[in-house]
Amino acid sequence: MKSESLRGYSLLSPTLLAMVLGLAMPLVVLITLSFWIQDYLDFIRTFSLKNYTDFFQKPIYIKILFKSIRMSGLVTIATVLLAYPMAYFIAFRVKHNKLVWLILITVPFWTSYLLRVFAWKIMLGYNGVINSGLLSLGILSEPLEFLLYNPTSVVITLAHAWAAFAILPIYVSLEKIDRSLLEASRDLGENVFMTFMRVTLPLSLPGVIAASLLVFIPTVGDYVTPALVGGPRGIMIGNIIQSMFGKALNWPLGAAISVMSMITVTLMVCLFIWGTHNFRKRVA
Amino acid sequence: MSQDPIISFQNVSKSFGEVKAVDGANFEINRGEFFALLGPSGCGKTTLLRMVAGFETPNSGEVYIDGQPMSATPPNHRPVNMVFQNYAIFPHMDVRGNIAFGMRKSGLSKSELDKRIDETLELIKLQGYGKRGADELSGGQRQRVALARALIKHPKVLLLDEPLGALDKKLREQMQIELRQLQQQVGITFLFVTHDQEEALTLSDRIAVMTEGHVKEIASPAQLYENPKSRFVADFIGSMNFFQGEVIDLNNKQLSISTDVLGEISVPASDSDYASKSPVWVAIRPEKLQPVFSAPDDSSNVIEGEIGPSAYLGDRSHFYVHIEKREEPVLVALQNLERSSDLHRNPFQKVWLKWSNASLVVLPRN
Repeated sequence: MKSESLRGYSLLSPTLLAMVLGLAMPLVVLITLSFWIQDYLDFIRTFSLKNYTDFFQKPIYIKILFKSIRMSGLVTIATVLLAYPMAYFIAFRVKHNKLVWLILITVPFWTSYLLRVFAWKIMLGYNGVINSGLLSLGILSEPLEFLLYNPTSVVITLAHAWAAFAILPIYVSLEKIDRSLLEASRDLGENVFMTFMRVTLPLSLPGVIAASLLVFIPTVGDYVTPALVGGPRGIMIGNIIQSMFGKALNWPLGAAISVMSMITVTLMVCLFIWGTHNFRKRVA
Repeated sequence: MSQDPIISFQNVSKSFGEVKAVDGANFEINRGEFFALLGPSGCGKTTLLRMVAGFETPNSGEVYIDGQPMSATPPNHRPVNMVFQNYAIFPHMDVRGNIAFGMRKSGLSKSELDKRIDETLELIKLQGYGKRGADELSGGQRQRVALARALIKHPKVLLLDEPLGALDKKLREQMQIELRQLQQQVGITFLFVTHDQEEALTLSDRIAVMTEGHVKEIASPAQLYENPKSRFVADFIGSMNFFQGEVIDLNNKQLSISTDVLGEISVPASDSDYASKSPVWVAIRPEKLQPVFSAPDDSSNVIEGEIGPSAYLGDRSHFYVHIEKREEPVLVALQNLERSSDLHRNPFQKVWLKWSNASLVVLPRN
């Protein structure tokens, strides 16, 4: 018995080691750092809550954190709403070569993230594809200025960039649904729409939840997209943290903002899961 | 009763690509009947059932339910409900939720609906299981929930797709009796699909035997077993020994037939006419051949053979008997009436098989 559990741990140990080194250690370092104080190029290594009081006293940080959460929330909603029909189409309408469709969806991800963000810059820019297209068609007399360098362009770019992460889990959950359940619903008197609402949607909810988390959690902290297409009004919490570790040179404050952002995201996720759980119960 | 069809198939055909699943089905199912579609897999029985439910549409012909043509009616507006082969219990709902699923538009108040659900739970003997989740039910319980979910809607016809296929033997036998009782209790027409001939014989008032998209014969279980009209039906339902024969002549309502092994026999002529010299099969069920182990005094209606392989089945034993001039052994079933552990007969033992001419079935051979 003992040797068996020992063998289990020894099997686990490489993973365990990687987890400790790769996840737990940086977290410990980050949290420790957040209680120190920056002193020009060095740290004052005594316990202090100064960074956290700074975070709560200067409204800019909380404001930008909540703006980031709002934007990521929008990105998540947009991505899931766009991904669901695509996943539904592949799961229910495509009869042959589903794999080809799935691979096609991931094709944009074979290029670098930066390239995809730049592509949107080209699309949305002052002299970009959309503006010049509309101009040449005579629909516009001068280019639209609101397309780029604002929160909307960040939402559009992120929604596209993370599409595959939403399509795949939703597709998997739809594919798993026993088709006879849909027939049973029709047989029991529900039309196509109500069958979707009462059977397909609740049963694909795990995929929707997974997709939402996969999109929401990483996009809250994203700083590349807002830096490139967001302009001054499109700044997110990731940009603040980045500047703290860079130009602003205040690592402890950056660490404290990271910790606070992490806690907030965790709370949001818990709230979200609790909400969807209740929704499922209500449907049943 | 035969003048009151609840379902009527009129020249119904359905193809999937090149394959003709159902080819010109033309028959009726009576109100209140327990009707079976029986056939080997791929014979089109499930397609026929799904056309009644509305999940498949016929390429030609029309399905009528209670006199109404159904082609333009989607499944959700048809007055039939189905018990699916895998039961299709909604996994995100408990037993009550599953049973109430189809009652959303019933117009019943919450308390009336609760009462109906309780009654239905009682009908299928699952009182107290209302709060169970779908994954907490055994196979038999899942089937009961599937039945309840359909029956609470009071359909004109209950469709059952291989309803007992997923259950083990004991449970299946128990459910057969319960299904039969349930059908009599609720008085709804049951139309069910099965490949299990024993199940069809046990449950049904009438059986349609299908093969390769065609309905070969529709009759009561006893008719199909004792008086089949084709070699396929005779062979598919139960076991049958076939002997080649040729009609010699027909007079005084007696049909004289010369056979390869049984000699010349004379049987009462049935309703079908056979011309002189027409080729026929003379068939007999294994249990209607009486084996004797010493030479009988009367040598008429007796063939001599030698015991080959045998199988002990508890209540009865099966023997294969080799007969001279015949390649295929004859199957004989013998009830094990005495209590003995030595019911295996010795191989190569001589045996005489007796039969009565009334047990012989004459079938067309072509």
